[in-house]
Amino acid sequence: MRQRRTPPAAEPLERGCVPWLLACALATGAPHAGHLPVWLSAGAAAALLFRAWLWRRNRPLPARWLLVLVVVVAIAGIYAQYRTLLGRDAGVALLVLFMALKPLETRGRRDAIVVVMLGFFLLLTHYFYSQSIATGLWLLAAATLQTATLLRLFGGARPLPDIARRAALLLLQATPFMLVLFLLFPRVSGPLWGLPQDAHAGRSGLPETIAPGTISDLVLDGSIAFRVSFDGALPENSALYWRGPVMDEFDGRNWRPARLGGFEPARIEAKGTAVAYEITLEPHDQRWLLALDAPLALPERAFVSARMQAVAAEPVRQRSRFAFRSALDYRLNTAESRRMLDVARRLPAAGNPRARALAAGWRTRHGQPQAIVAEALQLFRGGNFVYTLQPPLLGEHPVDEFVFDVRQGFCEHYASAFVFLMRAAGVPARVVAGYQGGEVNPVDGYLVVRQSDAHAWAEVWIEGEGWRRVDPTAASAPARIERGIASALPEADALPTMTRLDLRWLRFRWEAINNAWNQWVLGYNPDRQREFLSRLGLEGIDWRGMTALLAALCALLLAGIGLSALRRRPRREPLQRAWLALCARLARLGVRREDWEGPLDYAARVAAARPELAETVLAAAAAYAEARYGGRPGDAVDRLREARRKLPRKWSIA
Amino acid sequence: MSDRRRALSDTIAAAGRIILGKERQIRLALACLLARGHLLIEDLPGVGKTTLAHALARLLGLDFSRIQFTSDLLPADIVGVSIYDREQAAFRFLPGPVFAQVVLADEINRATPKTQSALLEAMEERQVTAEGETRRLPEPFFVIATQNPSHQVGTFALPESQLDRFLMRIALGYPDRAAERELLAGGNIRERLDALPPTLAPADLLPLQQAVAAVHVAPALVDYVQALVDGTRQDPAFVHGLSPRAALALLAAARAWAFIDGRDMVLPEDVQAVLPAVAAHRLGRAQGGGHANADDIAAIVRRTPLP
Repeated sequence: MRQRRTPPAAEPLERGCVPWLLACALATGAPHAGHLPVWLSAGAAAALLFRAWLWRRNRPLPARWLLVLVVVVAIAGIYAQYRTLLGRDAGVALLVLFMALKPLETRGRRDAIVVVMLGFFLLLTHYFYSQSIATGLWLLAAATLQTATLLRLFGGARPLPDIARRAALLLLQATPFMLVLFLLFPRVSGPLWGLPQDAHAGRSGLPETIAPGTISDLVLDGSIAFRVSFDGALPENSALYWRGPVMDEFDGRNWRPARLGGFEPARIEAKGTAVAYEITLEPHDQRWLLALDAPLALPERAFVSARMQAVAAEPVRQRSRFAFRSALDYRLNTAESRRMLDVARRLPAAGNPRARALAAGWRTRHGQPQAIVAEALQLFRGGNFVYTLQPPLLGEHPVDEFVFDVRQGFCEHYASAFVFLMRAAGVPARVVAGYQGGEVNPVDGYLVVRQSDAHAWAEVWIEGEGWRRVDPTAASAPARIERGIASALPEADALPTMTRLDLRWLRFRWEAINNAWNQWVLGYNPDRQREFLSRLGLEGIDWRGMTALLAALCALLLAGIGLSALRRRPRREPLQRAWLALCARLARLGVRREDWEGPLDYAARVAAARPELAETVLAAAAAYAEARYGGRPGDAVDRLREARRKLPRKWSIA
Repeated sequence: MSDRRRALSDTIAAAGRIILGKERQIRLALACLLARGHLLIEDLPGVGKTTLAHALARLLGLDFSRIQFTSDLLPADIVGVSIYDREQAAFRFLPGPVFAQVVLADEINRATPKTQSALLEAMEERQVTAEGETRRLPEPFFVIATQNPSHQVGTFALPESQLDRFLMRIALGYPDRAAERELLAGGNIRERLDALPPTLAPADLLPLQQAVAAVHVAPALVDYVQALVDGTRQDPAFVHGLSPRAALALLAAARAWAFIDGRDMVLPEDVQAVLPAVAAHRLGRAQGGGHANADDIAAIVRRTPLP
């Protein structure tokens, strides 16, 4: 009858390891507190505090049934909260729960290892929520802590700097593997699973309708809308009109794009040379892209609409790069369709009587649309209009009140009033929303366009000329277009901190770092990967090739490390090799030799644990001892090998 | 030699019948004797220190003397004095109790340092100089000193340099329940000691000691001893590591242990077996004072892989 095996002795956990485990739980779990239900965060904190108290007072751990009860209640709570136990949020909540409770049952070293491994897993889940540099740094620090904890578990108590140094060294040794995996692991377009919130729930950016106040609200937002890198020289600021949605329907207060169907794409006649540039667009969850007037070449899966908007096939939910070529000097749709022109002349039936009267006067006086446009611009230029972020509220007839009474407004007031006047005078016109200008970051040379650069301007259609851009804001406040928003607004108007001039140097550096992170770490997509590999001379490599290369490089690295380790360790003589091989086989059978344990002691222990092996092992150990310590080699090597062959080949988990 | 080996195991068995349940200590004491070292027993009175010394002396057929150390004991009380012999009209040296093959120095830390050093010098030199004349001590010469735990009042703790002269320091400890019951049920110890037949002749001892010194030590074992000694020197828990003399002592003791075990080669197991007895009293702890305890020694062993 086969004797029952005793399980390998569970090594008890050293008391000194507990603070390490608690630190791991805290470092990996705490950053989740922001998006977990309050009761769970508080409960997890309480569990960790309780464990720390038990440790401090040297109290026994709570009974297992109590823990089971807590786990069941907490899982029920999570289910009640999320109505599921699957998915990102509920899954993370469960992991945090386990992380907080596992330290309460760490009796042996095996439990401690579970805590550390759980911590490594929990670390990854942070990328579901944030992929910023700060998150990356935090996770790096936490991974170092986890590694240090493993060292503490296996290496015993050592001075803290010693453990930290070794942990950092281990991570450093892992860096080549990380780089190989990062660069060569075949990329797929789009994420494999749920996206981090900050990767696509971006700022909404430009509004879909324009009313007085919509753009001036946006101007207070200092966040970045997109970044541009030009292939050649940067065009002048006054040419940087980044075209967004075009609004051609007015209901008396709001401008919105009219619903059109069956239109041909805009026909652009380019004059002069074109500029090429690449835009890194922050996600705005809309289909429109932002391009300089007028876009000639568009990226794949994007097209030019009838109103010359660049439109993507899908809403932009991730930070994405688009390459464009634009002609700054152009003619647009010199032969415009009747329907489009009708839309561009339409006004509500009533409202703003004074403006209508003024426009009707221009129409009868001039007749020529160019003269009417000039008349209107003259009005804005000479009429003591004030460009401000905080205009008074407008009432029932907003255009009338703006043009004749308050004369204070922001770009949407000007554009809206201008287009209204044009339409009232019979000139086809429309409002264009977008961004104007931008700011060059001297650190990395990117042109940065912020939400605060949002702008609205007008387009009029003139026979023989096509659509022509007219910016009434430029007529009233030329500094806005020539030098940017910060110089055009009065001092009292509060701008976002990041746009203020005195903090620029800091902002430039920080944003350049962020941009590099976005471009090269987060934005390392299939295109970038292909580009990078073709630069290495690996053009047209597919995922199979990449995987093979990946495996080959990793194998090479491992072989290098292995070789250097082998060189450092003196080659063992055959006797020692045979003995260690025998010990390794016995270890797999459940009795591991301690590295300080003498041969006879070990053999006696094996004999006690596995009596059926006693004869073989005792004889082999005696032969080894004679050879190694008695100076009588004899045929010990053969006897050791023979003994090893005689042992059963069974594998065991111990 | 095999007869002598058998006699050795008989000795251990016979001593084990007198001092019950202390086979390990008996073996260590015997190993100490075979390695030509001296033995220090640190323990409470009444646990059988004297009995052990006495039994060993009887079993080996050696003569035995006992010195009770007190605070007014003088060096001459140990070494001996010269007195004037009227009949021969000359000074005659009366040898002190140190002139015996097995000397039990009881409660050595009760005497003044001066008196202590007289004995310790004799132990080291194996000779005594009194009144200008050097006299050799008998061969073999084996001192078993006992000392009370040093926290007891009226003691002069032995300095480190003196402790180093003892090859081993052991403790006897209380007997376990079964052994103590047997002890209580048994007869008068003194009578049983007197009735103890010798298992070895004094003439056997020297060849045995020579055989112990010839036990094989492989280079791999020297590596191991060096690694252990190095370990004590690197360990911040101790004031100093083991000295080269201590390393020699460790090898000598391990040889004797291996010999008693019936082997002619030293194994790491032998070194590990004698390490607590050889090393503990030579390692001062950096914190809390006192000497290394069993846990400290076990930690050193566990930290030092076999080369």
